[in-house]
Amino acid sequence: MPKFLTSINAISWYFLFPVIFIHFFVVMFPSVLSLLLCLTDWNGFGRINYVGLENFQELFRDRVFKKAVKHNIIWTVMFLTIPVIVALIIAYLLTGIKRGQLFYRLVYFFPYILASIVNCLIWRYIFHPRHGLGGWFENQGIDFLAKSPFAMKETALYAVAWVDMWHFWGFLVIIYLTGMYQVDDSLYEAADIEGATKFQKFRYITLPMIRPIFVLSLIIIIIWSVPTFDYVYILTMGGPAYSSEVVANHLYSQAFQRMNVGYASTIGVMMFFYVGIIVGFFAILRRMGWEV
Amino acid sequence: MATARFRQRSSYINHAILIFMALTIILPLLVLAFNSIKPSSEFGANPLGFPNEIRLMNYYDAWVNGNYTQIFFNSMTLVVGTLILNLTVSGLAAFSLAALNPRGIQTVVVGLYLLVGISIPAQLYILPLFLMWKSLYLLDTRIGLIIIYSALNAPFATFLIRSYMLQLPTELFEAAKLDGASTMQLFTRVALPLSWPVFLTTALIVSLNVWNEFLFAITFIITDDYKPISSILFTFQSRFANDYGLVSAASILMAAPIAILFMFFQRRFIAGLTSGATKG
Repeated sequence: MPKFLTSINAISWYFLFPVIFIHFFVVMFPSVLSLLLCLTDWNGFGRINYVGLENFQELFRDRVFKKAVKHNIIWTVMFLTIPVIVALIIAYLLTGIKRGQLFYRLVYFFPYILASIVNCLIWRYIFHPRHGLGGWFENQGIDFLAKSPFAMKETALYAVAWVDMWHFWGFLVIIYLTGMYQVDDSLYEAADIEGATKFQKFRYITLPMIRPIFVLSLIIIIIWSVPTFDYVYILTMGGPAYSSEVVANHLYSQAFQRMNVGYASTIGVMMFFYVGIIVGFFAILRRMGWEV
Repeated sequence: MATARFRQRSSYINHAILIFMALTIILPLLVLAFNSIKPSSEFGANPLGFPNEIRLMNYYDAWVNGNYTQIFFNSMTLVVGTLILNLTVSGLAAFSLAALNPRGIQTVVVGLYLLVGISIPAQLYILPLFLMWKSLYLLDTRIGLIIIYSALNAPFATFLIRSYMLQLPTELFEAAKLDGASTMQLFTRVALPLSWPVFLTTALIVSLNVWNEFLFAITFIITDDYKPISSILFTFQSRFANDYGLVSAASILMAAPIAILFMFFQRRFIAGLTSGATKG
């Protein structure tokens, strides 16, 4: 065998080959196909016609798509605030207690390991108008939650987000807790001597010290909010009247119900660009020495 | 004195908040557990509470009417198949990046490649992949889904295993090389036995991901007989829409294996899931 085929450099490539092959086959190659197909009007069979940027023009006229983008933005903002604030407070409180901490941590984390379908079934039942909470209130003679929040235009998106947040926030607690335990205790002791209040210690010691992990959690939330799909699809299918439609859902129905391959690829490309911009933005920030 | 009393009161408030938040998680789970042993006649009068009459037959109904023997077998096949394929390819790659040539160009190229791979949303490639799988006759087969799951979990698994293997002392590999071990033997005889903890963690997280996965499961498996639990439960909620006892029992049957594993390996689960996110 020629020597360059048995050098350590070549051998290390052989070991890498399987993972690159399988990942390229499943993720990279179809992604590139998608980047090409977004310039066509293909419907899954028949001729493939090049249409240039027509799909993008159509996308910007698509009212459902605009609605979906708006919902994704609302979704991202909700996830950047509610679970983050709750998790920060809970993690901070948890650092103050010794007994029972493990129990709390396990309980908060538990929904995160449950399947989306199981979480959805739990909350669909609880929000069921005749059973669940609605039924319980009805039995007490109180007219509350008499309509499922998943079935009302005004609340559908928020109700779905509620279920997803219920499942997600415990994950943030663990992340923040890890960060908070890395803070040097002597800082708190110094603050105690200065007579700082609990809130001041949180604001001026904990928050700045966990900034890297905090910023990272925000990036994760922004990126994970883009392809959000399971909870909307299971609970409302984007309804009623597109009131909870998100971008991933719109893509899915374009792709697998209407077989608009070109158009669905266009939506996918937009999602990819958006994620790319976010990742690139933070990469540049880090390059510039802004410690995140 | 005063501060001590103040401390104590504030710690009661802290515990009250922590318990309240714990209840927001425990109570919905309890409702599910109660429902799974509640006879359907009781749902109207007693929607949330503990059932007056316990009916374990819900589980039997779910198992038999839902054809759960087959469904569990399908999900287990996906998990085991993915574990074998994913851990093999990721283990080999991690070994190469950590031990064979850690400072080579490979680390940069492959690291960058997998990082880009992680940030691509599944929606970008799911449709072309679907059409590819159709033409390759991999659509609606369990092996097709196993290949997809192995690839989706590969970047995370590779990074996690690599970060552990980097901590192995290089002297071990040098010594084995002097004894005449081949590169493959370095992997199987030296690296593998020493890094079983990280393989266990990775295996747990990959199993969790595969067991719970929804999007690819509903898209790539069409025949009911091949469907894993997550997509079968999805069809259940319309097929047995008003039989809450059965649907709840079926949900618990799906959650139980994960919950049991979590009880035994909570630290590994938590470490694996958080490091997977913060490093990826």
